[in-house]
Amino acid sequence: MSHIFPKSANKLPLQIIIFVLVLVGVVTAATTYYATPKYTRIGYAPVQPVPFSHALHAGQLGIDCRYCHVGVDKGATSTVPTAQTCMNCHNQILPDSPALAPVRESFASGDPIKWVKVHQVPDYVYFNHAVHVNRGISCVECHGKVNEMEVVRHEKPLSMGFCLDCHRDPASHVRPLDQITNLNWTPAQASEHAKWAQDFVKNNHITPPQSCTGCHR
Amino acid sequence: MAHASDHAAPAVLNEIKPAELPRAKLVENDRSFAWITEKVCSIIEGKTPTWWWVCFILACFVASFTVAGITYLVATGVGVWGHANPVNWAWDIVNFVFWIGIGHAGTLISAILCLLRQKWRTSINRAAEAMTIFAVVCAAIFPVFHVGRVWFAWYLFPIPNANYIWQNFRSPLEWDVFAVSTYGTVSVLFWYVGLIPDLAVLRDRFFRAGNKLRSAIYGFFAMGWRGSNRHWSNYEMAYLILAGVSTPLVLSVHTIVSFDFAVSLLPGWHTTIFPPYFVAGAIFSGFGMVLTLMLPLRAIYKLEDLITQYHIDCMCKITLATGTIVGYAYGMEFFIAWYGANPYEGFAFINRAFGNYAWAYWIMIGCNVITPQFFWFRKVRENTWLVWVLSIFVNVGMWFERFVIIVTSLARDFLPSSWGYYSPSIVEIFTFFGTFGVFSVLFLLFIRFLPIMPMAEIKAVTPQADAHAGHGHDKH
Repeated sequence: MSHIFPKSANKLPLQIIIFVLVLVGVVTAATTYYATPKYTRIGYAPVQPVPFSHALHAGQLGIDCRYCHVGVDKGATSTVPTAQTCMNCHNQILPDSPALAPVRESFASGDPIKWVKVHQVPDYVYFNHAVHVNRGISCVECHGKVNEMEVVRHEKPLSMGFCLDCHRDPASHVRPLDQITNLNWTPAQASEHAKWAQDFVKNNHITPPQSCTGCHR
Repeated sequence: MAHASDHAAPAVLNEIKPAELPRAKLVENDRSFAWITEKVCSIIEGKTPTWWWVCFILACFVASFTVAGITYLVATGVGVWGHANPVNWAWDIVNFVFWIGIGHAGTLISAILCLLRQKWRTSINRAAEAMTIFAVVCAAIFPVFHVGRVWFAWYLFPIPNANYIWQNFRSPLEWDVFAVSTYGTVSVLFWYVGLIPDLAVLRDRFFRAGNKLRSAIYGFFAMGWRGSNRHWSNYEMAYLILAGVSTPLVLSVHTIVSFDFAVSLLPGWHTTIFPPYFVAGAIFSGFGMVLTLMLPLRAIYKLEDLITQYHIDCMCKITLATGTIVGYAYGMEFFIAWYGANPYEGFAFINRAFGNYAWAYWIMIGCNVITPQFFWFRKVRENTWLVWVLSIFVNVGMWFERFVIIVTSLARDFLPSSWGYYSPSIVEIFTFFGTFGVFSVLFLLFIRFLPIMPMAEIKAVTPQADAHAGHGHDKH
């Protein structure tokens, strides 16, 4: 037997095992916390070309979401308004505000304002706004309380797990169709609403797809 | 045999006086323990031979083809392979099954032959186990990269994730993931446990020769082996347990690989004979590869005393037996296709033998059914060159078997409107060709840096290891 290693080397196997276990634990915890959409996507709030405040327009003034996002209950995408929609009011209100200069410019030239997209699902996901909105899913379910946001921020993870949570249990997320754009709505009585939601899902044949092809066509 | 005459032997034996049939010697020329140690260690301790460098550089060059093929695939997309409807599995799965099959000889030799106390395994098991591990490495390349977006390959494993992606545990493809990864893990463990006493020998020899660095490296992996009775007792127990654990794996891995096909409904795949037929084929190809590798090694390092004619005979006979089982399976497939009276099944087999891919079918029959039959003859088994050439034919034949099974069935589906013909693209050819380089690089490193034979186990099968052997002969 050759004496190559010091006596402390006897502890090496145990030390290696402990090190590997700790490493696996740290990597797992760090990945779970830092590398999932709950961390990577929530809180994204880019600076927009016009400091438009949803808190002011949708919150204080109470303008309905659909006044600007007209396509949301009619088609797959929720449209972003053109400068024309803004100018309906702003040709009277603050017509000379420097903050609104890009709006006036866009109105005059016809070139759209370059809004920064906040909520984006991957290209291979087919999401249809109208299908959700017309079956009792409120804007707030995916976008959060936009009516309280000065700057729009990413509020929900929008991961596939997030979609599936609702697709597997739609009754917990539906609300009366006339309250879809009322982002502050809460059921008056939870138990009664639960009963209503069960019937609503049943009567409207709400069977959200859980197969791959439902969203990945 | 000595004991037989002590006890009440049938009287007839005394009358006819049967000839004493000595057991074949496993180490020729009465070599001593020291000679065995010197022989095996000198391969590692000597200067790197020129042929090794030539082979190594050549192997690296060949391996670069796999690197190039895979790099192009990842950069461009899986469409660079020749796959297209209806043949969506082709060389990737053919090569996967080919390599994983080759690996089977290692586990068979190390596990099943160990439990059956086949002592001739000792000279070849280390190299065969190494071959297994390297074959699994080559095999793993194909399923991992055929998913296309290789960075999503972790979807194969049940890891909780934000996308709720979960595996379909009813799919044999998922069973395959576990079968192959278990197989790889256990093979590495088995190989490593067997290496420990020999690594300790190298540690001590390098220490005495004054090579501190190499002594420390071998010493690290020898994990403080001192060769005490307690060490040996634990070692033997660990080895036996691992042999027990791997024995079912010999059968299960290729059974599950065959389920990839048998569980589907495609004519030509959907048959119950697949598991035993695939296992026999895997052992057949594995022994083919062992012969291909061991015969040159034996010649280069003059190991004739350790890998004797008896060893070659044994390997040839296993090749003959499993090759004949494979031949029987080919025949039985045809019989059942006729006997089952399913027109699609019947067509699938007629098409195999006489359709577009008949050339591949007849190469397969020639290599897998006819080649091993030569091993009936002692003259053939004793001609090393001939055995080596025949073992190459076995390897070629087993590749074609997988090609025939996978491609002919897919190319001629139920619907004639979706029939097609598959040819590989240059990228696939590069990738497959390169895996022989990957395999050779690993194997060359193995023979240069690790003992290619388990010294301790070989010593245990020499006559002088049996302390009582001498007495028996004196008495009778």
